[in-house]
Order: sequence, then C-alpha cells, then structure tokens
Amino acid sequence: MKVLVAIKRVIDYNVKIRVKSDHSDVDLTNVKMAMNPFCEIAVEEAVRLKEKGVATEVVVVTIGPKAAQEQLRTALALGADRAIHVETDLRVESLGAARALAKIVEEQQPGLVILGKQAIDTDNNQTGQMLAALTGLPQGTFASEVAVEDGRLRVTREIDGGLETLELTLPAIVTTDLRLNEPRYAKLPDIMKAKKKPLEVRTPADLGVELASRIKLLKVEPPAERQAGIKVGSVDELIDKLKNEAKVIS
Amino acid sequence: MSILVLAEHHNGVLADATAHVVAAARQIGGELHVLVVGEGVAAIAEAASKLDGVGRVLVADHANYAHLLAEPTAALMAQLADDYGHVLAAASTTGKNVLPRLAALKGVGQISEIIAVQGVDTFKRPIYAGNAIATVQSEDTLKVITVRATAFDAVAATQSDDGAAIEAIDFVADNDQSTFIEEQLAESDRPELGSAKVVISGGRGMGSRENFQLLERIADKLGAAIGASRAAVDAGFAPNDMQVGQTGKIVAPELYIAVGISGAIQHLAGMKDAKVIVAINKDEDAPIFQVADYGLVADLFEALPALERQL
Ligand SMILES: Cc1cc2nc3c(=O)[nH]c(=O)nc-3n(C[C@H](O)[C@H](O)[C@H](O)COP(=O)(O)OP(=O)(O)OC[C@H]3O[C@@H](n4cnc5c(N)ncnc54)[C@H](O)[C@@H]3O)c2cc1C
Ligand SMILES: Nc1ncnc2c1ncn2[C@@H]1O[C@H](COP(=O)(O)O)[C@@H](O)[C@H]1O
Repeated sequence: MKVLVAIKRVIDYNVKIRVKSDHSDVDLTNVKMAMNPFCEIAVEEAVRLKEKGVATEVVVVTIGPKAAQEQLRTALALGADRAIHVETDLRVESLGAARALAKIVEEQQPGLVILGKQAIDTDNNQTGQMLAALTGLPQGTFASEVAVEDGRLRVTREIDGGLETLELTLPAIVTTDLRLNEPRYAKLPDIMKAKKKPLEVRTPADLGVELASRIKLLKVEPPAERQAGIKVGSVDELIDKLKNEAKVIS
Repeated sequence: MSILVLAEHHNGVLADATAHVVAAARQIGGELHVLVVGEGVAAIAEAASKLDGVGRVLVADHANYAHLLAEPTAALMAQLADDYGHVLAAASTTGKNVLPRLAALKGVGQISEIIAVQGVDTFKRPIYAGNAIATVQSEDTLKVITVRATAFDAVAATQSDDGAAIEAIDFVADNDQSTFIEEQLAESDRPELGSAKVVISGGRGMGSRENFQLLERIADKLGAAIGASRAAVDAGFAPNDMQVGQTGKIVAPELYIAVGISGAIQHLAGMKDAKVIVAINKDEDAPIFQVADYGLVADLFEALPALERQL
C-alpha cells in the first residue's frame, strides 16, 4: 500500500511571532521555519507503517514556496521515499491545498493519506476533512491510534468527550493528533541520503487547480495583552486576594 | 439569507455550546434554524426549539446519523445548505470534523473558530496560537463557520411557552465507508471544562497521575473542572480530553489556577481569556507568571495541601 503524507512549512513552534506594523500580516522575515509539528507526526506514522510492512512506499507532498523543499528533504531524511513539490508563492488556504492534494491523490492512488490535524500558523484544522470530501473518501481525524486490519482501517480519535474508535474502508484520509506517536529525529547519514532521493516539482497549472482563496485576509492585529499581576507570599494571602480583591471565590 | 446552526449534543442532552453558537448567529442576523442530527434526538430538538431567536428546528433522526459520523452528516448538511447563506457549528471536535467536509462538498472555504462578528461576511479569528488576531472576509456565497463558544455569551431560553416549530428531515445519507466501533467517554460529575466557572489545571510538575488527586480535592471544594497541559497528558497523568490549549480545549472561566505549568504559548492560547489567572510554580521565572494575576512561587506539594485545608 502506498501512503501519501501532506506536510506544510510553517513558523517554528518555539518562535514568538510579530505582527507587521501595517497590520497586513505577521512578519516572517528572518524567522525560523520548520515542518508543522502535526505533519512530523504524520511522516513518522507513515514511516512506521512501512517499517511494519504495511506500507510499501511513502510519498510526501507539499504545496508552497521553493523554500518548502527544505521540509520535503527533512521528510525524506526521516524515511519517506520520494517527494512532490507543488510550487506556488500564493497564500494557500486549506481549500486550495485540499484541491491540489486531491489531484495528487488521483494521480498517485495511495491506499492511505495522512495529514496533520492542524497547521499551527493559520490554526485552520480543515485540509484533511476537505480532501476527504473532494476525493469522496472516509476520514479519521484527530487520530491517536491507527491500524490496518483485513483491508480496513481502525482509527482511534481524540474527541472532546474522550476517545472514539471508528473503522473506515480504504483508501482513507487520516489526520494526526499529538498522541499518535513521538517523531524521531533525522540522523546525519539519512540527511545526506535524502539529498539523492527523488523530488518532483509540479505547478498548480499543470495539475489544473486554482489555488487562490476566496477568504480575504483584511487585517492582522496583536491580541490584547494581559497585564502581569502580582506575586503573593503565601497560600493565606492568595486566598485572601481571591476572596476579597478578585472576588472569584467565596 | 437564513442561517443554519448545527446543534451540539452529548448523551441525549443539548450542549451549552449550541446557545453560544446561536448567539453568534444572531449577531450575523437573519432567520435562524437549528439542525439536530443524530439517533433518538427528539428531546434535544425540543430543547433547541426553546433557545431565544431560533425560528425553526430541523431534525434528522436516523440510525445512520448516530455519533454524527462525518460522512453522512456532511452529506446531509450539503443537501440542506443551498437554502442558507451561513452554516455555523461550535468549534468542537464534532464541528471541526464535519464543517470543513461540508464546505469542500459545496466548493467553498471554511472559517475556523471565529471570536467576533464584524459583519455578514467579516469575522475575527485567532491565528498562530492566539498571538495574532486576523480579520477575514469571505467572498463565498455560502459561509461555513465554526464558532469559539467562549467568545459569545449564550442566548437564554425563550420566555414563550411554545418554542420554534420542529420539522423532520426525511433525507437519509447512506454510509458504507465508516462504522462506529466504540467510545471511551470520560465520566465525571464535574462541570464541563468549556463552561466551568473555575478550572484548576495541572502540568508536568504534578509528577504523576496519582498526584492529580491533589487537584481533585481542591476542585471538589471549588466546584471546579480539571484541566491539564499537553505535557501532563502525554505523560499519562491525565486523559486527552483534559488538555487545555492551542490544540486542545479553550476555556474562559472566572478563575483559572495553573499548577506546575510553565506557560508555553500553546497552553496560554487555551486559557488566557480567563478573568483571573492564578499560577503556582516553584520557578519564579516561569512564563506563566507573565499572565498570572496572582502568582505563588512555591512547591506545589506544599501549596496544594495548604490551599485545600484553607478553602
Ligand atoms: C503542535 C503543538 C501543540 C501543542 N499544543 C498544546 C496544547 O494544546 N496545550 C498545552 O498545554 N501544550 C501544548 N503544546 C506543548 C507546549 O509547547 C508545552 O510543551 C507544554 O505546554 C508544557 O507543559 P507543562 O507546562 O506542563 O510542562 P513544562 O514546560 O515541563 O513545565 C513544568 C513546570 O512545572 C514546574 N514545576 C515542576 N515541579 C514543581 C513543583 N514541585 N512545584 C511547583 N512547580 C513545579 C516547573 O518549574 C515548570 O515550570 C503543544 C506543542 C506543540 C508543538
Ligand atoms: N500547503 C500545504 N501543503 C501540504 N499540506 C498542507 C498544506 N496546508 C495544509 N496541509 C496539510 O493539512 C494539515 C492541516 O492543515 P490546516 O487544515 O491548514 O490546519 C497540515 O498539517 C498538512 O498536513
């Protein structure tokens, strides 16, 4: 079974972002970029499926600027077999990404597609569900466990009330939650080897997809800052403040 | 144009979140319908019909809709959506699962987790773990939106005795792709995290699952819900449904007590709209103190028993 993994280049999760002074967007100049953490989990899961002999090939794909090839190379170093880069400098929203991914699914015919549950830049949490709709495939979102059994997929999902287990027909779309696995780090020899793995560059035009978003970004502002409060010296003082100053307990 | 709101419900009860989403819908304005999807949901429809501002309740009650699996639920909503200008749901794991699928079936974008309504097509939403607030405008004819419940005050129940008309939807979406197998739901007598007035959360500093009992005893006294950081969930101290943060639950209680939590931006994203924040941490430089109204630099294993005794 071929497994397709969609990855996104985003700001490193440790970086504190700044909003541009003209409020047009956040400022990404000279900011450290990385693979979206949920996509690292997606790559890890695909590689583990290959190690278990369930997957025969792991293909990674991204839609984004030239620089996103760095993240594809990282995925190749982590164990993916080949990469597809759909190159664009447009701001790609989830629907555009899902449309491009649907074309790649049509071409590559994977048995399973794994995405992150959420890109930590837009915090959209949409692309996997949209891809499932566009390809007419079932979806197992927010997965904390997946297993292929008798040609079907068992997915345990993290839901608000706890955990839910579903069985899906294959091919299927899965999105990863934090507890699915703990991604490995790339080793130096693998990073070297990854440079020689195949990376195919495509354009939205040759895929025949329109990536422009109909959701316009009008303005980006910093959030209201919270004022730091005071330090209290003891539990007694804390309780006194909560009762008599903040009046949040009685 | 009219607005369709997908009702959120659990264990046969209409969830609080629905009244918050209805409030957001009322700010957009227009005729407002609530859609109740599930199996054996008559009582939920009845409750939804009593929410202030609701003009009609549509009920799709069928075994195929049990557990609101994404495939049949989105297919059903795609059938109904042409009559509406907006479709709204809570930014819960149900709303997040179903609405993007619906949007793509209709060929439109989706706007996730709005926190303010600026006009019929313009909304505010947090991005980058709440470190920036985006104002976005949808040029799609159908606007598909999830709503952060804590950002909108719930509508009340109507004053009139008879609620909105309830109408059955006959359309049954087939589903041969996904099957519900089982669920493990957290059982608790405590308030729901999303709507609790007081939340006490533990982090990696708690050290073990057993130590979370220190929080439980205080929660009992305060009528609080219990939350956790990602590190505490990953370590197995607490179940996943307790995770507060960018990729967990969003809470906005009157009082949030963070114990043994450092205050990473991903955690702050889930709780910094609390009215009063208390932090208990032995590291006086922990970032959590930058957002805390009251910070106590102390070992939690001394502070928590003292707090329990004195409450
Ligand atoms: C993609 C992604 C998504 C994430 N989503 C979330 C999310 O939704 N929610 C979330 O919480 N995190 C999330 N995180 C993780 C986040 O970055 C932090 O790693 C996490 O919040 C840290 O948890 P913590 O504060 O419990 O642990 P630590 O950062 O390890 O902090 C433990 C704290 O406990 C204190 N402490 C230790 N012992 C004691 C003691 N005896 N008494 C008092 N204090 C003590 C220490 O001083 C320290 O400050 C996410 C990360 C990523 C990459
Ligand atoms: N431009 C993109 N290229 C490849 N994958 C993407 C892209 N955007 C989103 N994805 C995938 O969809 C997941 C969820 O993203 P989102 O729906 O934007 O929050 C990510 O973790 C990726 O797996």
